[in-house]
Amino acid sequence: MPWVIHIVTVVVVLFVVLNLAAGLIWVERRLLALWQDRYGPNRVGPFGLLQVAADTIKLFFKEDWVPPFADKPVFILAPAIVMLTVLMSFTVIPFAPGIAVSDLNIGLLFVLAMSSLGVYSVVLGGWASDNKYSLLGGLRAAAQMLSYEVFMGLALMGVVIMVGSFSLSAIVEAQQKIWFVIPQFLGFILFLIAGVAETRRLPFDIPEAESELVAGFHSEYSGMKFGMFFIGEYVGVVLISALITLLFFGGWLGPGLPPLLWFIIKTFAFICFFILLRAGLPRPRFDQLMSWGWKIMLPLALANILVTGAVVLWAR
Amino acid sequence: MAKVKVYVDNRPFEVADDQNMLRTCLQLGFDLPYFCWHPALGSVGACRQCAVKQYRDADDKRGRIVMACMTPAAEGLRVSVHDPEVVAFRAGIIEGLMESHPHDCPVCDEGGECHLQDMTVMTGHNYRRYRFNKRTFRNQDLGPLVNHEMNRCIQCYRCVRYYREYAGGNDLEEFVLRNLVYFGRHQDGVLENEFAGNLVEICPTGVFTDKTLKKHYTRKWDLQFSPSVCVHCGVGCNTSPGERYGVLRRVVNRYHGDVNGYFLCDRGRFGYEFVNGDRRVREPLVRRDSPGEKLEPVSKSAALERLRGILDGAKILGIGSPRASLEANFALRAWVGPERFHAGVGDGENWLTGAMLGALRDGKARSPSLHDVELSDAALVLGEDVTQTAPRLALALRQSVRWRGFELADRFKIPRWLDHAVREIAQDSRSPLYIATPNSTKLDDVATETFRAAPGDLARLGFAVAHALDPESPEPPALSDAMRSLAGRIAEALKNAQRPLVVSGPGLCSEGVVQAAVNVAWALCRSGKPAGLSFTTLECNTFGLGLMEARPLSESLSVLKQGLADTVVVLENDLYARAPKEFVDELFAAAKHVIVLDSLLNRTGEKAEVVLPAATFAECEGTLVSSEGRAQRFFQTFVPAGDIQASWRWIRGLMIATGRREAAAWEGIDDVVRTAAETLPALAGAAKAAPEAAFRAAGAKIPREPHRYSGRTAVHANIDVSEPQPPGDRESALAFSMEGFPDQPPSALTPFFWSPGWNSIQAVNKFQEEIAGPLRGGDPGTRLIEPGTNGHKGYWGAAPAAFQPKSDTWQMVPLYHIFGSEELSQIAPAIAELIPKPYVALGEQGAAQLGLKEGDEVEVKVNGWARRVAVRVRADLPSGVAGLPAQLPGMDYVALPAWGSIVKAG
Amino acid sequence: MISVFRTLWHILLHMFRKRVTIQYPEEKPYLAPRYRGRIILARDPDGGERCVACYLCAVACPVDCIALQATEDDTGRRYPEFFRINFSRCIFCGYCEEACPTYAIQLTPDFEICEHHRQNLVYEKEDLMISGQGKYPGYSFWRVAGVKIGGKDKGEAEREDPPTDLHSLMP
Repeated sequence: MPWVIHIVTVVVVLFVVLNLAAGLIWVERRLLALWQDRYGPNRVGPFGLLQVAADTIKLFFKEDWVPPFADKPVFILAPAIVMLTVLMSFTVIPFAPGIAVSDLNIGLLFVLAMSSLGVYSVVLGGWASDNKYSLLGGLRAAAQMLSYEVFMGLALMGVVIMVGSFSLSAIVEAQQKIWFVIPQFLGFILFLIAGVAETRRLPFDIPEAESELVAGFHSEYSGMKFGMFFIGEYVGVVLISALITLLFFGGWLGPGLPPLLWFIIKTFAFICFFILLRAGLPRPRFDQLMSWGWKIMLPLALANILVTGAVVLWAR
Repeated sequence: MAKVKVYVDNRPFEVADDQNMLRTCLQLGFDLPYFCWHPALGSVGACRQCAVKQYRDADDKRGRIVMACMTPAAEGLRVSVHDPEVVAFRAGIIEGLMESHPHDCPVCDEGGECHLQDMTVMTGHNYRRYRFNKRTFRNQDLGPLVNHEMNRCIQCYRCVRYYREYAGGNDLEEFVLRNLVYFGRHQDGVLENEFAGNLVEICPTGVFTDKTLKKHYTRKWDLQFSPSVCVHCGVGCNTSPGERYGVLRRVVNRYHGDVNGYFLCDRGRFGYEFVNGDRRVREPLVRRDSPGEKLEPVSKSAALERLRGILDGAKILGIGSPRASLEANFALRAWVGPERFHAGVGDGENWLTGAMLGALRDGKARSPSLHDVELSDAALVLGEDVTQTAPRLALALRQSVRWRGFELADRFKIPRWLDHAVREIAQDSRSPLYIATPNSTKLDDVATETFRAAPGDLARLGFAVAHALDPESPEPPALSDAMRSLAGRIAEALKNAQRPLVVSGPGLCSEGVVQAAVNVAWALCRSGKPAGLSFTTLECNTFGLGLMEARPLSESLSVLKQGLADTVVVLENDLYARAPKEFVDELFAAAKHVIVLDSLLNRTGEKAEVVLPAATFAECEGTLVSSEGRAQRFFQTFVPAGDIQASWRWIRGLMIATGRREAAAWEGIDDVVRTAAETLPALAGAAKAAPEAAFRAAGAKIPREPHRYSGRTAVHANIDVSEPQPPGDRESALAFSMEGFPDQPPSALTPFFWSPGWNSIQAVNKFQEEIAGPLRGGDPGTRLIEPGTNGHKGYWGAAPAAFQPKSDTWQMVPLYHIFGSEELSQIAPAIAELIPKPYVALGEQGAAQLGLKEGDEVEVKVNGWARRVAVRVRADLPSGVAGLPAQLPGMDYVALPAWGSIVKAG
Repeated sequence: MISVFRTLWHILLHMFRKRVTIQYPEEKPYLAPRYRGRIILARDPDGGERCVACYLCAVACPVDCIALQATEDDTGRRYPEFFRINFSRCIFCGYCEEACPTYAIQLTPDFEICEHHRQNLVYEKEDLMISGQGKYPGYSFWRVAGVKIGGKDKGEAEREDPPTDLHSLMP
C-alpha cells in the first residue's frame, strides 16, 4: 500500500518541518544572544526550549485583527500563500535515499517555481493591508524577489549542466566524487546570496525593514496570520539551507554516519550561517540591492553558465 | 494730560506725560523690576531697583543711570532698559537687598507668588556671594489675621507707606538704626487698621502673610480660583477665592478699576472661613413629625419626598434675603408669586432701601463708584460709620481728601505720582470731609470737622445743609446757631467743590438721615454740581432684593393669619436677626410648615421642618447688586461635597416637582437671569454682568486652576487610584481644570492674575488697559441704577425736631463693628477672635450720671427686650445717647434706634 | 568583501566571551546610589522630618502624582500633614528630588515595588518615611533657615547675628 507510506511521509515531513521552523525561533534567539554576549531565552523550560511553546500559545491567543480598511479576502489569503508555497517546495526535497514525498525528475524547477509563487504572499499582503508602509513593503518585495529570482535560477544552471538532470536526488548522487561547491563555487556564492534575498532575511529584509517601514508588508498582521508569515520565513530558511546542502554540499552523502543525519548536520550548519549573517551584516539600501542584483549578480550568473557549459562541452 | 514721544531702547512710543517712566515702561510691556513703587502708592525712589539708563539725545552713547520711577515721561526722553550696565546695576541692587534675606522660601507662605522671587529671577541674580552673618529680628504677634516674619524684610518701606499714609493706620512703624530697619508695632498686638490685611499683598516678600491661610497652607499654583464678589458688605469688592481639597483656603483681591482697586478690607479678606465652618448645612435636614424632635440629616431624595408631601396643595409664602443672589431671590419670587414674596429684612431697613433706590433713580445725583469717590474733592458723611459698615468705601473717602494736596502739587509743578513730595507740600491741607455720626469714626483723623449727635440731630444738620444750598429745600425748625454755622460751612465746602459727594446709609436706620442726605445731594445737583450720592448697604445684595419690589416682612404674619398662605419658605436668612423674636416665633407658629434654604444652620433653621443645604458664594454662581447699583457675577470656586447646590436650583427642583413646568426652562443661571430681566425691567442689565456660559475664548473654556496646578493624579488616589473625571461646569464658561484657554480671559471671567515672570499679585499690571486703570476690555459688572433725567423731584418733607436728652432713658443707636456686625464673617474663626463681647456704650456724662465705670454689668431694656451686658464708656457719644453693637453674635434683634433704659445689675 | 567575513568572524568569536546579562532574580545587579527608583522621605540629622511641605516636588512632578498638605507644629516647624505619591503614575524622572530644597525627597536604588493591585501603589507618608538621612547626610534645612522653630531661636541659625534689640532702634 504505497499511498499509506506516502501519506505517512507527507505527515512526517510536515510535522518535522513545521516543528523545526518553530524551534528555529529559539535557536535563532539563543544564537544571536550568544554572539551578543547575552544568554537569550533561558527561562521557560530546560534551556528556555519551551519559549517556542510560550510564543506559539501567545500568538494563538492574540487578537486576530483584520483592519476594517483592509481587503479582507486577500488579507487572509496572503499568509496562507507563503506557507503553502514553502511547504510545497519540501515535497521534492530528498532528505536521504528514498526519504522524500515525491522525488520528481524536475524537482529543482518545481522548487524554483514555488519560490516564485511565494512572492505573491508578500505583495498581496502588503497591498491588502491598505497601509502606506505595507504597500511600500510589498512593492519592495516584488522588485527584490523578481530581481533575485532571475539569477537564483541561473546560478543553479551550472549544477544542472554538470549533472544533466533537474532531479535533486540525481544531483546528490552526482556528487559522490566531489561536492559541487568546488567546481561551482561561483554558483554557490550566487545562490547563497539569492537565497538570503529570497527568504527576505537580514541583510536583505528590505520589505519589512523595521526602522523605515515599521514592519513593512505585515505591519497590519497580528495573531496567527502574523505567525504564518513568521513561520513561513523560518521554513524558507530551512528550505534554502536544505537546497544548498543538496546542490553544493553532497546532500546526505558522508562517511560513517547515517545519510539522514549527514543531511541534518549540513542543513543545520547553513541555518546557523544564515543566523550569523543576520547577526553581523547591516541592511543595504534598496537601490544598492537592486543595482547589485542586476549589474553584478546577473552577469556573473550568466558568465557562470557560459563557462560551465563551455567546460562541460570541452570535457565531452 | 498730553501725549509725548519717548524712546525706550531706541523704539519710539507715544505715552502720557503725567506719568513716571517706571509706570510707562510697565505699561508698554517692559519687564522692569521694582519694589518700593506701587500703582496706588506712587514713587519714592527708595529701593533703587527700577534703574534705567537715560540718554541726552540720540548721539549720547554713555548715558547715566536714573531711577525710572523718579523720572517723568517727557518729550524726546531716551532711556534704555536693556543696557548691560544698567542690567548689572539692577542685579547688584537685588544682591544687596538679598544679603540678609533668610533661606526661607520653602517654608515661606509668599513663595510662589513672591514679588521678590519674581524680581530676583528677572534681574538674573541667582548666586549668593555674601558670606557674612545675616541680621535677624524677632517677630511680633500682630493678631489672628496677619503673620509677621521680619527677617525676610528688604526695607522697601511699602508697608508703612501703605499702612500709615494710604490706610491711615498709626500702629505700624519703622524702627531704624543704621542698616537695622524694623517694621512693626511698638509692642505685640492686633493691627488696629481695618485694612491691615492688604499688607499681605503690599509686602513684596513674606514679611506680612495671611495667617488664616497659614492654618491650611496651599501655594498659589495649587489653588482653584474663580472670579468672585465679596459677600460681607454692600460695596461689592471683587475677590479671588482659592480652594484646594474641598476647603476654601483664602481670598485675595481681584483688581477692579472702578470698585475695589488694589485693596480689600479685612472682613472681606478674612471672612471667607464660614464656608468651611462646622455650622454649614451639608445635607438636607428634616424634622420628624412631632415638633419636639431634632433635625436629622437625610438623603436628598428623602427630603424631596417629604417636601412633595408638604407642598402638595400648599399655599406658599416666600421670604427673600439680602445676602442671597439675585437668581435665588428671583426664583423664590417666581415660585411664590410677587404678592407672596416678602423682603427678608426689617421693615425699617426695607423702607430705607426703597427710599435709597428711589432717590438714586429719580434724582440727578449719581451713585459713584469707589473710584469716583476717590476723585471727589469734598464729602459729607451723614450718619454712617463707613469704616465699619462699608469699609472699602471709607478707604476711598480717605484718598479723596488728598485732592487739596494734589492741587497744591500741581501749582508747584510737582507730579502727582511723586508721593513724598506731594505729601510734603500738602502737609495737613486736605479736601473738605465732614463727618456727622453719633459716634467717633476711624475717618475722623482726616475729617475737616466732625459732628456728634443723635440720629434726629444728624438729620437736622443734613436738612440745614440742604437748605443752605438751596433755600427751596425744607429748613429744620429751631436750628441752633452752632448747627446753622456748621451747616453753612459744609454747604460752602460742597458748593466750592468740583465733584462733591454725600455719603449716607441705612446704618442708623433713620429715615431722616437718609432723607437729609438725599436733599443735600439734590440741592447740589440743582445748583449744577455733579454731586455724587453714595449709600452704603449692609449686605451684599440689599439693592438686588430692593429691586425685586418685595412686600414688607411684617405683612407676612397677617397674610398667614388670614389663611392666604400656610407654608413659609425662608431663603438664606436668619429671621431672628431681622425682626423681634416674638414676631418670628409668632410667624413660625402661624405657619403650618417652615422650609429653610440656607448654607448655615442658624436660629431660623432650627425652627424649620426641612432645611435644604444652599451653596455659599464659593459653591455656586450668582449675581449681586452692590451699593453702587452695579450687578456683578460671582462664579463657583469649587464643587462641594454632598447635596449642596445653589438655592435657585433647589427652588427649581421643587417647582418642577409641584408641577410648575416653567421652571424646567431654567437650565442654567443665564436662563434665570434672562427670565428675571424679562419679568423685572430694573434687572435688565444683570444679564450683561458677565459673559454667558456658552462663551468660549478661542473655542476653549477658561481654566480655574493655574497651569502649574499639581497633584491631579494623587489627590484622590487614597480613595481610588483611578482618577475621576473632573467635574463639568454647565453654569459658566469656566472649567474646573488647569486646561483651557491659556491667555487672558475677559475681565469678568479672570479667576486669578498670573503672567509669565509675574507670579505675585502684581501680575495685575499685565491685565490692565493702563496701570491702575480699567482692566482689559473694561471692568466687569453693569450698573443697574442710573439717575433719572425726569427733572427735579421735590425735596423730602420736614426735618425731625431737635433731640432732647432724657434723664432716665437713653436713645439707643446701633454701633457697627467691621468684625461682628455681619452674619457670615462672624463665624470665621479668625474674625471671631476680634469680635467684641456684647456691651452698651455710654458717654462719659451718662456714665457719671448712672455712677458706672468701664466694665460694670448693667441691664439694658429696649421695648421689652432685655439683656445684661458690660458698660463701655466712650467719650465720643453725645449726651442722652447710648450705643448697642449691631448684629453681634449672641445678641437678639432689637429695633434701633429706640429709647431704652440702663440699670446697674446686681 | 573581506570586511564582511572579518565581521562575521569577530561576531562568531563572541560566543566565547563572558556574558554581560545579569540573571536578575537570582543575581542582584549593582545600582548606583543615584539610581532613580522608589521615592523616600528622609530625616534630618537630629531625626526630625526633613520635608517642610513646600510643595515644590508636587509642582515639579510632570505627571502630578504627588499630593501633600502642609501643617505646622506648635513651635512653627512646618511638615506635611499627609504626603502621598501615586507610584502607579510616577515615571521616576527625579524632578521631585531636584526640586526639593531640603534633600527630603530622594529616589533610591530600589525598584522592586510591583503590585498586583494598582491601589497598593499609592504610598502615604508612613510608607515613604525612612529613619535615616538617605543620600545627603549632615544637611539640615532648619539650621540655615531664618524662621524660628522649637530648639532654634531667631539668630541661632548658621551665619546669623543675634536678633536685633528693638529698643536700640529709633522709631
